[in-house]
Amino acid sequence: MNVLSKRKFVVLAIFAFVGVIFIISLFRLQVLDSTYKQYATNNVLRLVTQYPARGLVFDRNGKLLVYNKTAYDLLITPREVSKFDTTLFCNLLNISKEDLETGISKATKYSRYKPSILIKQISPERFAVLKEQLYKFQGFHTQSRTLREYSSTAAAHALGYVGEVSGSDIQKDGYYKSGDYIGISGIEKTYEKQLRGVKGVKKNLVDVYNRVQGSYRNGEEDIPARIGKNITSTIDLDLQLYAEQLFQNKRGSVVAIEPLTGEVLAIVSAPTYDPGLLVGRVRGKNYSELLADTLKPLFNRSLLAKYPPGSTFKPLNVLIGLQEQAIQLYTKFTCSGQGSRPIRCTHDHITPTNVVQAIRESCNAFLWNTFRSILNNSKTSAEGFNVWYNYVKSFGIGQNVSSDFSNGLKGDLPTEEYYNNIYGKGHWNALTVRSLSIGQGELGVTPLQMANYGSILANRGFYFEPHIIKKIEGDFISQSFKIKNEVQINQEYFKPVIEGMSQTVHQTNLVYTSKIPDIEMCGKTGTVENNQGSDHSVFVAFAPRENPEIAIFVYVENGVWGSRYAAPMASLMVEKYLTDSISSNRKYIEKRMIDANVLNPIQPK
Amino acid sequence: MAKRNNTWANIDWVIILLFLLLVFMGWLNIYAAVYNDEFQSILDTSQRYGKQLIWIGAAFILAFIILLIDTSFYVFFSYILYGVLVLLLITVLFVGKEINGARSWFTIGGFGFQPSEFMKFATALVLARYMSVFGFKIHKLKSLATIAAIIFTPVLFILLQNDTGSALVYFSFVLVLYREGLSGIVLFFGTLIAVLFIMALITPGITLYLVLLGVALLIFLILNTKLIQFARIFAAYLISIILFFLLNLVTETEYGLANVLIAGSLLGSVVILLVSLQKRLKNYAVISLVFLGSVLFTLTVDYGFENLLESHHQARINELLGIESDPLGAGYNVNQSKIAIGSGGSWGKGYLKGTQTKFNFVPEQSTDFIFCTVGEEWGFAGTSVVIVLFLILLMRLIWLAERQRSGFSRIYGYSVAVILFFHFMVNIGMTIGLMPVIGIPLPFFSYGGSSLWSFTILLFIFIRLDASRFDQF
Ligand SMILES: [Zn+2]
Repeated sequence: MNVLSKRKFVVLAIFAFVGVIFIISLFRLQVLDSTYKQYATNNVLRLVTQYPARGLVFDRNGKLLVYNKTAYDLLITPREVSKFDTTLFCNLLNISKEDLETGISKATKYSRYKPSILIKQISPERFAVLKEQLYKFQGFHTQSRTLREYSSTAAAHALGYVGEVSGSDIQKDGYYKSGDYIGISGIEKTYEKQLRGVKGVKKNLVDVYNRVQGSYRNGEEDIPARIGKNITSTIDLDLQLYAEQLFQNKRGSVVAIEPLTGEVLAIVSAPTYDPGLLVGRVRGKNYSELLADTLKPLFNRSLLAKYPPGSTFKPLNVLIGLQEQAIQLYTKFTCSGQGSRPIRCTHDHITPTNVVQAIRESCNAFLWNTFRSILNNSKTSAEGFNVWYNYVKSFGIGQNVSSDFSNGLKGDLPTEEYYNNIYGKGHWNALTVRSLSIGQGELGVTPLQMANYGSILANRGFYFEPHIIKKIEGDFISQSFKIKNEVQINQEYFKPVIEGMSQTVHQTNLVYTSKIPDIEMCGKTGTVENNQGSDHSVFVAFAPRENPEIAIFVYVENGVWGSRYAAPMASLMVEKYLTDSISSNRKYIEKRMIDANVLNPIQPK
Repeated sequence: MAKRNNTWANIDWVIILLFLLLVFMGWLNIYAAVYNDEFQSILDTSQRYGKQLIWIGAAFILAFIILLIDTSFYVFFSYILYGVLVLLLITVLFVGKEINGARSWFTIGGFGFQPSEFMKFATALVLARYMSVFGFKIHKLKSLATIAAIIFTPVLFILLQNDTGSALVYFSFVLVLYREGLSGIVLFFGTLIAVLFIMALITPGITLYLVLLGVALLIFLILNTKLIQFARIFAAYLISIILFFLLNLVTETEYGLANVLIAGSLLGSVVILLVSLQKRLKNYAVISLVFLGSVLFTLTVDYGFENLLESHHQARINELLGIESDPLGAGYNVNQSKIAIGSGGSWGKGYLKGTQTKFNFVPEQSTDFIFCTVGEEWGFAGTSVVIVLFLILLMRLIWLAERQRSGFSRIYGYSVAVILFFHFMVNIGMTIGLMPVIGIPLPFFSYGGSSLWSFTILLFIFIRLDASRFDQF
């Protein structure tokens, strides 16, 4: 006998082993365990998905921003449906017979034995009536869902909204099933994983009359839903509401940041919309209306509007000049006002000016000379340009400054290569790219980046990633929020620049509209050239001068000059934030700002 | 010997009787699964039981023809059959009809034909032919490579058809290879890896580690006659686990009981491994090494599945393994199936009296989940009879295979047994929740012409070979 033939015993043993296991399992299942018998007597096992409540969102002071309300879905299991009173059914649900028929045939096509949603988001009132009558309709049952509700109309863009998952969401993440909700923009999207919680499953036994008889195996196989984590935002609701009030009938954006932490205190994109419009069954209709609105309320200007920074960029060029020793504190340049070359100055002022005066007067001639010195400080203009480029880059210009705003633009910061392509290598110099000296030309920034720039000025040389989340219940916020990003400019050089910014607010015409009693705000106005209508009004500022608590950037489309709208509005928000009120002698400015209508793209000069 | 050349006198009627019994019981249950008050004629060919009756009739004719064909036919035409079927497998990829997401069916005039079902016996024939050549040595590289090519060519094309269940069947050939001399270590580790992989995916968290630890301790206990040795090993594990438990307390980190147990038992195994290497206790070293390997492998599978794969990839693997994704949560089908079987009790509810298995509760009621009907209507009595019948069939097949003079017949006989065994194990295991839901039919029972015919051909070729066992070829 072949020695290998003994191996038949191993094979036979494997067969026998499996057989014995099967018989033991079946004995347990069929003879010892009587629970299955119970379940089977006229009972049907129904799995009900338990949808967790979505996490709440609070403002930085613990005020509720977003919470939930309950709605109900009606589900159908076509196999279990028997003849029913369709008229009563349609009346209860306020739907037409055709809707019902198409709904049922759609569900049947999906599956005869798996439940699918027939009618979504039934209100609690209607549900209360329906519940009483539901026993008459076999094969139908309900499940509760939560919808978003908002405590105010504030911060629609920042909070974002929730909607039904798309086919590609389901493809990407197997957690989602058709009909589930998912955060589509803002915090709802960025923190979807934390807010959504985890779905659970409840195994119910229902009898032939569709009445729930209890849970399967005493619920021991149920998987409870885990509710979403609550999130505390960095938003200050009062400031946010105030900013939105100031921005009524205007287009533009505000971003306010706490400089020492990078926490975003307010972020407005105007015109805004009521976030409650994008909830529930009316969402689709409202969404297309908002989308069709010519004022583009859905467009998030704080992150997506991109334009040259204009004069607000001047403090940065001066800082670079000082750090590079291209200019000194005692350096003075003469200015011939409108007659200055190669860049005209906007107005006549004392001349020559030093650093502080140049910033106060926003002198283009000074800035041109500074910029030229920076570029000529190296062997070639291109090398000088790269030195300048790296400083600007370190201020977050042309960069993604925040991971917390998933869809923000990077903006534009032209490179040496860019100019080489246009003019040819070695064929361009400071004169060619002179518009960069006054913040015009190929530069493109977003309000978020400019507010962050305000933070850097306030902090005298560093920033924390701007972010909108302060705390997640039972979870950590991103470590990157705690990294101190330093720019390569010595702290001492900020002193004259900030002095210039303080004088801008206190020793120019701004003193009448934007000086806050007892608070020293430092700021810089800007005017952004606009070919399609009036120029845009911009202003970057921080306050108080020592130990700043707020850095702010305001941008009013077609606001003509920085001093006309952006600066006074910024001063009001800063005052409101720091003192909780507006001093009585500034009430008229507040009223003028609130009442101003700047929606017409052509504004008087 | 007078009987030498008389096929009919040498036929093993026991096998044929078992075949008839299983087919008959299968049909009774298909009738019960589809039965309702509106259609009662058993000959109604619009109903599945009517169609199955036609297929059973055809299968009998097929069986008869196979018994008439000379055995040399199977030997000489094995490669050609194999080649033709591989071509059909490729063709079906392009012109086949998609059913349940798998493109594996030809449809001709309302009847379906699934080439992958017939591929099984062709593969078995070729394998038998190749391995029975005089001077064949299994451990030569060329032999192993050829065997792999024979088995994995159909597997490749069946996987391309998206019919993973049918492809997995081919792994059962490893038992045939083992019988023909493949090292037992390959079988052991192959089985261990397959079992651990499936268990890691279907059992939650800690259970698997406890089972592994228990098995390891048991083997230590069995291998060792001195109780004091075993106590030391036990202590090694216990102390390591307590150590981690205390560490957990001291550092105030919440690692959870499962992780403490895993870390502890891993440390314990390392200690035992080192000590036994030092003291040259080879057995202990091997066991602790295998245990360590198993736990690490399971952890890797778990970790890889949970962390490295996106959830749609996870869903894809579940799908590949045939573990159905269920929009309502885990285990819907298996729960329904268990309720149906469990509700049968000891003696069943009686023929046609089942309630759970009637209404398409379980999607593939008369095909993959036919065993539910047996369980519900015939109870434990019915299910154990079916299992015992299958076991008798399988063991008789092995016994018959072993009495063959020719390697060809023996290898083919083993192939028949292990293919039937794999179907039996996976299908019934699935209905009682011991196996992932992999959709392959229960031989002779499940509804469907292709599967019935292919199992009939598979079995009767062997019956024919066995009847000619006294011939020389
Ligand atoms: Zn000037």
